Amino acid sequence: MRVSERPFQALAREALADSQLRRNLGHATATIRKKRAAAVSELPDWEELREAGAAIKERALRHLDEYLVRLEESVTKAGGEVHWARDAREANRIVAGIAKGHGAREVVKVKSIATDEIGLNDHLAKEGIEAVETDLAELIIQLAGEESSHILVPAIHKNRAEIRELFREKLGAKDLSDDPRDLTETARRYLRERFLSAKVGISGANFAVAETGTVCVVESEGNGRMCTTLPEVLVTVMGIEKVVPTWRDLEVFMQLLPRSSTAERMNPYTSFWSGTSSGEGPREFHLVLLDNGRTQALSDPKGRQALRCIRCSACLNVCPVYERVGGHSYGSVYPGPIGAILTPQLTGLGRKGPDSLPYASSLCGACYEVCPVKINIPEVLIHLRGRVVRNRQDSGSPAAKLDPEGAAMRTLARTFADRRLYEAAQKLARAGQWPLARGGKIRRLPGPLSGWTAVRDLEAVPRETFREWWRRERG
Amino acid sequence: MSQAREEILRRIRLATRDVPQEESPEDVSVERSYRVESVSPHEEVVGRFVENVSEYRASVRRVGEEELPEAIREALARRGARRLVVAPGVPDGWIPEGVEALRDGEGGRPLTNEELDASDGVLSGCALGIAQSGTIVLDGGRMQGRRALTLLPDYHLCVIYEDQIVELVPEAVRRLEGGVREGRSIVFVSGPSATSDIELDRVEGVHGPRTLEVLVCRR
Repeated sequence: MRVSERPFQALAREALADSQLRRNLGHATATIRKKRAAAVSELPDWEELREAGAAIKERALRHLDEYLVRLEESVTKAGGEVHWARDAREANRIVAGIAKGHGAREVVKVKSIATDEIGLNDHLAKEGIEAVETDLAELIIQLAGEESSHILVPAIHKNRAEIRELFREKLGAKDLSDDPRDLTETARRYLRERFLSAKVGISGANFAVAETGTVCVVESEGNGRMCTTLPEVLVTVMGIEKVVPTWRDLEVFMQLLPRSSTAERMNPYTSFWSGTSSGEGPREFHLVLLDNGRTQALSDPKGRQALRCIRCSACLNVCPVYERVGGHSYGSVYPGPIGAILTPQLTGLGRKGPDSLPYASSLCGACYEVCPVKINIPEVLIHLRGRVVRNRQDSGSPAAKLDPEGAAMRTLARTFADRRLYEAAQKLARAGQWPLARGGKIRRLPGPLSGWTAVRDLEAVPRETFREWWRRERG
Repeated sequence: MSQAREEILRRIRLATRDVPQEESPEDVSVERSYRVESVSPHEEVVGRFVENVSEYRASVRRVGEEELPEAIREALARRGARRLVVAPGVPDGWIPEGVEALRDGEGGRPLTNEELDASDGVLSGCALGIAQSGTIVLDGGRMQGRRALTLLPDYHLCVIYEDQIVELVPEAVRRLEGGVREGRSIVFVSGPSATSDIELDRVEGVHGPRTLEVLVCRR
């Protein structure tokens, strides 16, 4: 999985300088946040649904091997073919192989984070196959050569004037206003031709039912219905964590997902299909089951809960950090709070980019409150921070021993354990802080300690400590 | 069996070593204490369905069975629809004079995608409706036909009988279970095709039908 080698803090600093981005994001997240709260408050049994959603996913994850084998059986029985892919390369090879086997030069795609994660479009391009994104926002960022900045509204960082310029240039649409209606109509005409001529369609999956082999795609525009209905061949790439045990389980997720995601009672379209049907829809169906780091995430009993995620993006919209820095700062296809815990687990820790992500949070807990499957994101963030630190210590390198944070922590531990040392340190700090403290706050620590104050102020040591006051008054 | 398959299953078993050997999936309890059955009077449920569908900017009208052909005629006339895709099983009596009915599979020939695309609209029934979310469910059963029929035309006129409406999503999911086991494809439709991708401005229709009209019919 592609992940930035640069730490979150560096990417975020750049994003913060983009005022257009901040304005768009602030507007989007505030709007969706308000709508979501209203949609959720309509259901008197929301908490019961969340509990059930979390439990169903937990059941599936704890017995994932069993459910995947069952899914394979039922999809095969329904006339589909199941492929297994250990990593991105393997998955890309399988999909490209199927497309080439049908002589396709062009495939139509419905928005899928799993295929973004494996970089499928780039791989297909190398094989001479053009992958056309058919979701309006995905088309916009594909034409612009950019990456998604939000799970749900990927082109939220672009405004209507920018989109008009893009369509004029790339789609040859000359007389075009910047009215979203006009822009949408242009995309409709361009894409309809693609739908009607494409032989191969590619999708992701929101859910797949082990019991019946039913695959489910949730969407708004109808491009999902087009891609999964019209082409002769349909290829679905899904992460192995998307399996749910029974058909009945969907009664929970079809309530949780739309309200958490677009804040609607129900999204405009949801398609469910099982294998192939005689006389209608694709004649061939391929399901690619993708690992690509998921079993690694599964192996951490505390971090595992990140795999419950149903990609609703509710956590993004309530996150004060995401709201200001946007999706690109997280350096991977999974932005926001969920990205901060999912990405490092999928890619593994030990590199600057992934190691920085558990720190991309103020731990305010809003993400946990809105999560429809009750992923305790703050808990996993702290757990992963612990893993990052232990990793660094365990590496045993001289750099780890000299690490200023590690050294400071060791000194602090010694100081806190010894009363006399502690009181001496307080006196020393009071004497030493005078050039730094202003109005009871230290805004910037010098040298290697500056990291601590890069994103927060430090309380100055007060003129008199509690111990000193106690001795003076009661001693 | 493929190497990748065996490898992934092996990795999963290794990753879930903390799960006790003797635990079966059913041991992980799933409390279904959410609402699974409606307790509201049916008339109220139908009312909520009408309300919620209209909130999606779909037009909804309630009619008696004897008024149905006239309501269909009016809707099509308002729309200026002349070439109408008609789902299999829709009674001939519903199709007004002067409207050309395109029937899928007539003379053993399915309509082509181009024909569907070039039509003025489609007339269909549905499998059921969900009041809680304002959803129409299509399962390829009676008066629905294959998926492409209700997808490619720009206008969808859908007839639903009052007794096809349930209140809750779980009630709908249970009713659909038989069809799913037979391998039927199912589509949930909630309002017309919509996008909010450009500055969160809602625009009806990128790909699916841009206009959805629903006739709720008393038997």
